[in-house]
Order: sequence, then C-alpha cells, then structure tokens
Amino acid sequence: MNMLRQFISLGTCNVSAKGIRHGIRKKARIITHQRNVSGVPASVERPEDKPSVSQHGQFESLQNKPVTNKPFAKDLFLGKFDKTVLVYPEISDRGELAELNQMVQPIERFFTESLDSKSIDIDAEISKDVMKHLGELGLFGQQIPQEYGGLGLNATKYARLAEITALDGSIAVTLAAHQAIGLKGLLIAGNEAQKQKYLPKLATGEHIAAFCLTEPSSGSDAASIQTRAVPSEDGKTFYLTGGKIWISNGGIADIFTVFAKVNITAKNGEKQDKVTAFIVERNFGGVSSGKPEDKLGIRGSNTCEVHFDNTPVPAENVLGEVGGGFKIAMNILNSGRFSMGSSGAGILKKLIGMTAEHAISRMQFGSKLCEFKLIKEKIAKMAVTTYAMESMAYLTAGIIDMYEKPDLSVEAAMVKIFSSEGCWMCVNECLQVLGGLGFMKNYPYERYLRDARILMIFEGTNEILRLYVSLTGLKHAGQELKELVGKLRDPLNNPKLAFLKVWNLLSGKLQEKPKLTLQLNEEVHPSLKNQTDILEECTLQFQRMVEIILQRHGNKVVQEQLELKRLSDICIDLYAMTACIGRTSRAYCLGLRNADHELLLTKAFCHEAYVRVQQNLTALREGKNKNNDDTYMAIAETVFQNKGYAAEHPLTVNW
Amino acid sequence: MSALRVLVGCKRVIDYAVKVRVKPDKTGVVTDGVKHSMNPFDEIAMEEAIRMKEKKLASEIIVVSCGPSQCQETLRTALAMGGDRAIHVQVEGKEYEGLQPFHVSKIFAKIAQEEKVDLVVLGKQAIDDDCNQTGQMTAAILDWPQATFASKVEIDSGSLKVTREIDGGLENIKVKLPAVVTTDLRLNEPRYATLPNIMKAKKKPLTVKKPSDYAVDISPRQEVLSVEDPPVREAGQKVESVEQLVQKLRDAGLVA
Repeated sequence: MNMLRQFISLGTCNVSAKGIRHGIRKKARIITHQRNVSGVPASVERPEDKPSVSQHGQFESLQNKPVTNKPFAKDLFLGKFDKTVLVYPEISDRGELAELNQMVQPIERFFTESLDSKSIDIDAEISKDVMKHLGELGLFGQQIPQEYGGLGLNATKYARLAEITALDGSIAVTLAAHQAIGLKGLLIAGNEAQKQKYLPKLATGEHIAAFCLTEPSSGSDAASIQTRAVPSEDGKTFYLTGGKIWISNGGIADIFTVFAKVNITAKNGEKQDKVTAFIVERNFGGVSSGKPEDKLGIRGSNTCEVHFDNTPVPAENVLGEVGGGFKIAMNILNSGRFSMGSSGAGILKKLIGMTAEHAISRMQFGSKLCEFKLIKEKIAKMAVTTYAMESMAYLTAGIIDMYEKPDLSVEAAMVKIFSSEGCWMCVNECLQVLGGLGFMKNYPYERYLRDARILMIFEGTNEILRLYVSLTGLKHAGQELKELVGKLRDPLNNPKLAFLKVWNLLSGKLQEKPKLTLQLNEEVHPSLKNQTDILEECTLQFQRMVEIILQRHGNKVVQEQLELKRLSDICIDLYAMTACIGRTSRAYCLGLRNADHELLLTKAFCHEAYVRVQQNLTALREGKNKNNDDTYMAIAETVFQNKGYAAEHPLTVNW
Repeated sequence: MSALRVLVGCKRVIDYAVKVRVKPDKTGVVTDGVKHSMNPFDEIAMEEAIRMKEKKLASEIIVVSCGPSQCQETLRTALAMGGDRAIHVQVEGKEYEGLQPFHVSKIFAKIAQEEKVDLVVLGKQAIDDDCNQTGQMTAAILDWPQATFASKVEIDSGSLKVTREIDGGLENIKVKLPAVVTTDLRLNEPRYATLPNIMKAKKKPLTVKKPSDYAVDISPRQEVLSVEDPPVREAGQKVESVEQLVQKLRDAGLVA
C-alpha cells in the first residue's frame, strides 16, 4: 500500500509503472470474510491452487498447465470475485508475439488488397482460386496441431487472426464452419487413428469440414434431433439416415461431423435414444447436399441441406463414446464462441476508421460532420463498444490458454452475446453516419450490416445463450446456497431468518449501496478506483439479487425467462467491466501509447454499464407485478390468441 | 554451371500505405507506432532470388538487413518467403539516423566477399529515402558489373541477360557474373509469406552482427538540417493569351 501511495503522487504511470505492477502482483492477498447486508459472506479467495503469476501477468507456457480455472462468471452469482482475472493476460514470450505479428501481415495484406468482397457477395460464391489461396496461407488448419500439418495456434493467436478474416464475412464463416465447429470434434474427442487419418488433409484445405446438427424441427432444441444411426448386426457399421438443414459448407465439404440418435441399452436394461457423434465422409455413399440457400448476408458462405440415406459409417468413425454426442456437440460449440469478440472488433475497427475519415472530410452547414455532437456521440459509443468487445475476447482467450481443461463456457457465451449485438448496433450506426451513401451498394456498409445480422442467430441464439448464462450461474449458486435458500423458502419453520429478510426488504436496506469489501481497486492502477468501485458495487448488488431470485422461485426459476434475461445482462456487464478495467490498468502501467484514451473508454463503459445494471436490478426488485412483465405477457397472449395484432383499428366505431 | 550463391538486401521501411507525417521538431518523420514493412522493391528482389532457387539456378539465399532490432521482423519475413539464412547488422537509434547507402554498400560488399556470393540482388531504391545508390555503390566497391532497374533477368552460363527499364524504353544488356542487380517494379510479383512457412522460418538461422565486425565506419557523413512538409499547393492563374503569359513570367523574374 505504501509503495502505491508513492506512485499515486506521480500522477501518471511511467517508468515506475513496472514497479506498481510488480508491487500489486506480489502483494499478498488477504482473505476477508465480511457479512454483507443479506447475511451471506462475500469472500475474496486466495488462489492457493494457482502457480505463481509472472511479472508480466501471464503464466509462462508451462509444460504442466494447471488443470482448470476457477469459474469466474459462475462465482459472480455468489458474490465471489476472482481478482486474478483483473490481471490482463498477454503473450509474455517476445519471440512468440513477434511471430504472431509476423503472421498477421500476409493475412492482412491478402484481405485488404487482393480480395473482392463485393463480388463474393453478389455472386454468392467464394471462387476456387480464393479458396486455394486461403489454403496455401495456412488458414484452414489454424488450430490443428503442427504434427498433423496445422499451425497449432492457441486461443489468443486464433482470436488475433480472426480479427482479420472477419473483414470478409463469407470467408470468416466458411473458415469458422470448417475449423471452429466442423473438425473441432476431432480435436476435442477424436482418437489418434481418427486424427492421423483426417486432420492432415483438413489442415491444408484439401478437404473441407462441416458440422451437421440442425434439423427442420430441431434448432435451439438440439437434443430433439431425429436423424438415426442404426448399428449393423455385427456392430461394425452404423447406417445413418436423416436430413440436416442450414449446414455451412454443406455443399463443399468432404468430411462431416454428424449428430444422430442411437438406441442404446443402459446399464439398468433401459433402452434410450442417445445422441452420438460420427465422422462421415461424403464418399461413404448416400450423402447428398441440396442447392445453396439464398441468404440475406454472408452470401458467399455455402449453406444448404445435407441428406443421409442409409449412409454406411464404420464404427471406428464414432467420435468419443456412443451416446456421448450431445456433450461433444455442446463442447464444440462452447469452444469456438469467444472468437466472435475479436472478429467483431476487427470489423468495427475498420468501419470506425472509414466512418471517421468520412466525418472528417464531409461538410454540411459550414462545418465538418466531426464537429457535431450527435456524430461525436455515435463515434464515441462505437469506440467504447469495440473496446469492451475486444477486451472481453482477449481476456477469455488468454484464460483459456492458461489451462489444460478450461471451463469458460459461460464467459464465452457472454462474449458472443455482447459482441453480436454490439456489432449489429455499431455497424448500423456507421451506416447512419454515412447517411444516404451508407445505404448504397457501392459502399461496403450495407454488406457489413447484412453480414452482421447472422451473428445474433447462429452458434446459439442470443436468447438461448442468455438463459444458459443465468441458469448455469444460478445452478452453481444454488448448490452452494441450497441450505440457505431452503430455509428462506420455508419461512414458517425459519421465522427468525424470514423476519430478518422481510425487515431488510421493508426498511429499504436492499436498496442501500453495499459496503465495498472486495478491494478490487488494489489489483489495478489507482486511476481506475472509481471504475473498480462501480464494478464492486454492482457485483455485490448482483449477488444479493441472485439470492432474492432463488428465494422467489426456487427450481421454477427456469420458467422466469425475463428475470433470467436481466440476470444475464447484469453478468455480461460485470464481465465486460472486468475486462476493460484489467486491460486499461495494464496499458496504463506499461505506458502504452494512448493509455489515457483507454482510461476514458473504460470510464465511459463503466458508466453505461452502471446505468444498465441499476435498471435491471430495479426491474428485478420490483417483480413482475410492478414492472412491465405481466403486462407484456398478457399482451402477448392476446396477440397469439388473435393470431395477430389485436387492437381494433383506430377508426373503428361501435354502433 | 554451378548454382549461384545469392545475397539479397532487405530494408525495413514505413509501409507504403501509411500517410507519412513530419515530426513537430522537424528532425524527421514520425516512426513511433507507425506500421513498417519490407521495402517493396526488396520484396521483388527476394522473389527473384527465390524463383532462381526454385529453378535450381541458385543454391543459397542469404538475406541481410542493416538497422535496429525490429529489422529482424523483416528478415524473418524474408526467410518465410524462402530465404535460407539471415544476417542482421545491428545499428540502433542515433547511429541509424545517420546511416546512408555509402555505409550500407560497404557492409554489403564485405558480406558478399566473406560469403563468397555470386550475385547480389537489391531493390532499386528504398521508398523512404529514394536514394537509388546502394546497388550502384556496392558494385563499385566490389568492382563488379551492375545491372540496375531490371525488369527481366535470365541466367546464361556465367552471365546474366538483363532487360533494364530506362527513360527511353527498354535496354538489353549482358553482364558477367559475379554481378549486382537492382530490381524494378515490373520484374515480378512477390509471393505472400504463408503462415506454415513463417513457422518453419523460425528454425532458419539468423545471426546478429555489428558494422565493426566488417570493419566499416558508420560515422555520419551528412547532417540533416530540417525535414519539412512540401509547400501547400497554391491555386494557379488563368491567362487569356500568350502575350499575357510571357508578361506574367517576366514579372515573376522567370524570363528575361
């Protein structure tokens, strides 16, 4: 603390920056148990089971990485804040970083100079030449280990390249469908023989992969798929029959990861249909793909139906265990999500540049557009959103790279939700700044807008992901709070506790600002004190609200989608604030160029987030009677009963 | 005829797409935080050397760069394109600001002799200083023939047939090896360094040397007085007749 006060008087961080950073990191962490208003301990954990953090804040690429991380997001539901997450990750090996920057150059050059994205959009096709070039550049095997012919990039490096490939939406989706989901099953669950057989050609792009899960009657509800795989008498072959829709790369793929139901007999003799994952080659026979779908956006990406008609699949091609397919599918989808943050940021950085240039040169009413406050606000909000998106993506990627078996599914889902919606909003605003020009096809804004629309839909709709975030968090919290919640929901047998709760509620104590006990500000540069205070306040309020919600509904909380949505939105804001604060602190301490600007971005974001979080908390506190929820539900019921808009026409008379 | 040993020079310059800005103190241009890449003409030189190697006409390509530690990025790109070995002649900060083709050509000449090189290929000029001197000076120091502004190079048993782009058109010459060639724009289109090649290039050797290792004195031979933006273009004047034009020119003291 003394070292800190010395440097505070210096004002800005310069050469002594490393000292502060070092000082902050080496500081022993104190476990504090303080009772907050609601009676549940808000504790700060000492990360005993974590190896020491290096001076640069990143675990060196150890041969033995720690197995798994503390569940940061899930613990927020308990008011537990893992402070190590405020230490922003980086690539500490200068040579590795230089190599990554070197890899960025040819890719950036190709995407900005040699690609005709407009034609790809109009023709709704990526030419064979471009596909070949992408393969030569090595972009089809980014995450495939080097021993199989790939680049073996970790999450952070993959995210970095995703910033560039995102400059063409169709190509980005083609590459992602191939490697982030299409062949990911082999990386996650494949055995050595399967990897040796398939990965080398997939790495060069000679073979393209596709992920086949969705069916006409099974979109979000993936467990309800109907494609069947029937084993042969001798058990050596499965016969696959069914139809999949909206399969990216469906028409051009040679290798498919297909999910189908297999009837298995469980240990207790019960027969059950369980989802199983298969590696299917097009040349197994019986595989047909339909004509490419005519889409609003990412038109160059091939999307079509894929049908399997008694396709014989050798039993060696089962991925993982028979019956273990659903889990594999979820793991595959979870593992790719975080990169949407960096691809979104990549697109937005480019568009902000173009929009700013326009605003600087265009004049109206005798002034440049950039002098008008409405325009300035738009640019500022875009910069803030992009910063948050980027910070979250690389924070998530950095943590993923630290562990053998990272558990960041909730964090990745939050990155996806924020990035897809942020991207849509910002691209829309960029178009708006351009005015009429933005609407024209000879400017790329409308194409980026159309391409961005899919982000909120695929890879798990944002609605589903919001439910996933809050339900997973609540389940985690519920397990720990089981006893407490049990008592709270049984007031007659726990009168003292019930009375205390009611007293707190009536006396307005719940609305009081919580005492800040997490001491988050000790982990970051002192200039971020206000922001860490906001983060702490919101975290503690969030924890209180989680308890209230669990108490209110118990297990039935699954139905309360509107409350779940609000909890998720708060959690997303908490994670985003954490990422921004951590990143700015690092930038400030290292003395990076424009660190002051980063401070402003984080300040603005935390302010925005605070307002949103308070709104959500108020609505949750009020409950569905006082807030608009019940009213909305009633309105929706009537519209559905009426099979349409139900209010009488304003000109109707009643005689 | 045995395959040639080739030396290629690569300079790290501000990227061609960047809008260059003059430093407020007028001592130079802003380089901090600005994107840098390999001089485009040097990329063309690399590409030519690699094509020779692919045709088995060249046996080894040695890439050299003189400058600060960031030059190693440029050298790594050259290795990724297809170079075999890299030499980084380290010159930092103030010393680098004073480095001129006069010094660099001496270094290249020394390395060419040490490495027993048969062909030196350089870009015709660097896009930051536009000197267009290094190739010519290197040839002079080595007392080798030079073929500058090459738009086509063919090897013909112990000699090179080179097509040069000159003011009047194209000139075809024959030069005996060993020789120095400088590349012009239309010689070839350089390849992208692919990511797998970038990873393989990590294993290729890169040695760091100092100018003193080659007994070259790099003390500056010129002093930069100031660096300024070109004057803002002013509006012209329209005249009605030739007589008026001549009168205006006389008034401006430009004709008698």
